[in-house]
Amino acid sequence: MASEAQGAETGGLEFHPMDQFNIESLFGGPIAWYTPTNAALWMGLAILAVIGLMVLTTTKRSVVPSRGQSVAELAYGFVYKMVEDVSGKDGVVYFPYIMTLFMFIVCANFLGLIPMSFTTTSHFAVTVVLAMAVFLTVTVLGFVKNGTKFLGLFWVSSAPLALRPILAIIEVISYFVRPVSHSIRLAGNVMAGHAVIKVFAGFAAIAVVSPIAIAGIVAMYALEILVSFIQAYVFTILTCVYLKDALHPSH
Amino acid sequence: MATDTQSAAEASGPGMPQLDFSTWGNQIFWLVITLVVIYLILSRVALPRIASVLAERQGTITNDIAAAEDLKAKAQEAEAAYDKALIDARAEAGRIVAETKAGIQADLDKAIATADTKIAAKAAEGEKVIAEIRAGALDNVKVVAKDTAKEIVAAMGGKADAKSITAAVTARMKG
Repeated sequence: MASEAQGAETGGLEFHPMDQFNIESLFGGPIAWYTPTNAALWMGLAILAVIGLMVLTTTKRSVVPSRGQSVAELAYGFVYKMVEDVSGKDGVVYFPYIMTLFMFIVCANFLGLIPMSFTTTSHFAVTVVLAMAVFLTVTVLGFVKNGTKFLGLFWVSSAPLALRPILAIIEVISYFVRPVSHSIRLAGNVMAGHAVIKVFAGFAAIAVVSPIAIAGIVAMYALEILVSFIQAYVFTILTCVYLKDALHPSH
Repeated sequence: MATDTQSAAEASGPGMPQLDFSTWGNQIFWLVITLVVIYLILSRVALPRIASVLAERQGTITNDIAAAEDLKAKAQEAEAAYDKALIDARAEAGRIVAETKAGIQADLDKAIATADTKIAAKAAEGEKVIAEIRAGALDNVKVVAKDTAKEIVAAMGGKADAKSITAAVTARMKG
């Protein structure tokens, strides 16, 4: 990239840890809402990854599964059990939606670990849309399923009466903070890890510290593999928890 | 170009592309498409397929366990039948042994009885013959004694009639 070339020319240490997050048009030109960008490309690759993982591996429908089919079944069972355990039996209806979120996040996170790739989940635009989709769906669902009883979520009936209004304010604030924390947690974790790897990579230009820098990259990469899965898991399980609140608002 | 991007980054604050709201519309547009596509793939193809595979496997396992239980029951039945047959066979064998023993004993007894009667008959016959021989021998002794006595008497120069000699011999022989 242009800025990296400039860094090489001047010979000094140039850190551009955030350049990897730049949105660029694939074919040049300005970025309009419909322009195919690197974000669009890597989202498309995430779709292909989902197809490869969940569809192509299960074409044989074998009773004794192959390795690939085991992975697909494992993913299915993992999310299904999560929805069932956290949201309850009546939450299972929403399993395909939650599975969609999980599969997209986990595929995008892991694709983002490929060197030179673009991590779509590192962008707030993506995670905010995901989190707001969950937040709005859950809120609407809560009112549709429970009517005004959904407001009981904010009225802690087990607390002393005098404390309840204060708790209600806290509950309301925490409720509206949910989509913020939900989205920033995911994008923040992914972005920070990738940026730190890039910073280590910048230090690798100095011969003396380059072994340490490369060791640091390896360690961060291992951590990022963990983070990729855990953040997808956390996002999904929080979605299940919010769904449970919508279905069963009583404390 | 480099200076352009740098200045653009500087202009937009600390240089986080995430906060460049001009690209949000683009990302959201592609994200919505992506999510819809993934949702359609999962809900129409992948999830029903995996669910059916899992259900089929569960069914197969349940059937296999039931079949295994059936077979186990059958095996136990067979074992019981085998044990019963073994006991029956043992009893039968014992019965046959006792029967055979009894038969042999009866035959033996019969044979012994027959042999005993035969032996008794032979013994009686033998005794009769012995008695006859003894009787014959006595007669012969008498004849010999009479003849001898007559000859002796003749040799002595005497003359004796047969009657007195017989009486004398008979008296001597009794004596």
